[in-house]
Amino acid sequence: MAKTKTRDRMNNEINAGSMADIAFLLLIFFLVTTTIAEDKGILVKLPPWSDEEPDITKLKERNVYSVLVNAQNQLLVREEPMRLANLRENAKEFISNPRRMENMSESPKNAIISLKNDRGTNYETYLAVYNELKGAYDELWDELAQKRYGEPYSDDMPYAQRKAIKTEIPMVLSEAEPTSFGEEQ
Amino acid sequence: MAKFTKKRGKASPAVSTASLPDIIFMLLFFFMMVTVLRDSDLKLQVNTPEATQLTKLEEKSLVNYIYIGRPTKQYQEVYGTSPRIQLGDKISTVDDIPLFLEQHKVKLPEAKRSRITSSLRVDGEVTMGIVQDVKTKLRKSGQLKVNYSAGKRAKELN
Repeated sequence: MAKTKTRDRMNNEINAGSMADIAFLLLIFFLVTTTIAEDKGILVKLPPWSDEEPDITKLKERNVYSVLVNAQNQLLVREEPMRLANLRENAKEFISNPRRMENMSESPKNAIISLKNDRGTNYETYLAVYNELKGAYDELWDELAQKRYGEPYSDDMPYAQRKAIKTEIPMVLSEAEPTSFGEEQ
Repeated sequence: MAKFTKKRGKASPAVSTASLPDIIFMLLFFFMMVTVLRDSDLKLQVNTPEATQLTKLEEKSLVNYIYIGRPTKQYQEVYGTSPRIQLGDKISTVDDIPLFLEQHKVKLPEAKRSRITSSLRVDGEVTMGIVQDVKTKLRKSGQLKVNYSAGKRAKELN
């Protein structure tokens, strides 16, 4: 009698209590090794390689916003020194030219930003400059999108709207071959 | 009669934990999916600079990483102290880049190949010379989508 009873109990169910422990162990292992490393950065499209240098002498001077960064990480914007903090506002003003100044771009469509650095420029400075220039365009796109469609510019917008904005204010950033005065050995 | 009372007495004590493994397994699978077992260990010191206009990179499998920085202390004897390039887990030169890109490309289906992005993880202290060489090589290899990896900057520029 007693024998059948114990057998009954054994057949009842597999003990699943330890399953949780095993799963926990694995869980903790993956928790520890996980780095939810999302990679963020400034996305850039490089121009295709061509052997001849592009000719920018054909461009009207008023449409070119030249930014030079030297090996001491100093900025020269349109022949004048500038601090990094002012670059974004200045670039925005140049591109949109709200007061129709004679020495600024004819229209956002014509504006060209020319960036040139030295081989001795710090990468950090270079990226900061690039970031400010991209920021200027991002803000202009935002403003235009806000004015036209009542929402800030984002990738969730319909393709046609984004395209319309980008044709209105195309981002043209040309990078010249760097100089090599401050090359580190 | 006796059977009935016995059963009820047995059932009452323990709360069923049978569903607990399921819950834990669910969490486990989540973490297994998002985990990237660190595939390449860095031989260079890379502190990416900070920026504000960031884009998030989608689809990890379409991204290849190029590290640029100075070798860390333990590798300085072998590789020196000037900035170097690391591709995968090897210290390389600029000339190794086309092969590296090709090796990454062949693993992907043809339809996705046009969306490959190269993520440049460059130390902020490095000068542009070596970065420029890498960029030129990328352009020559036809790899034009590039991401300058950067962290999020919270504070304003001064």
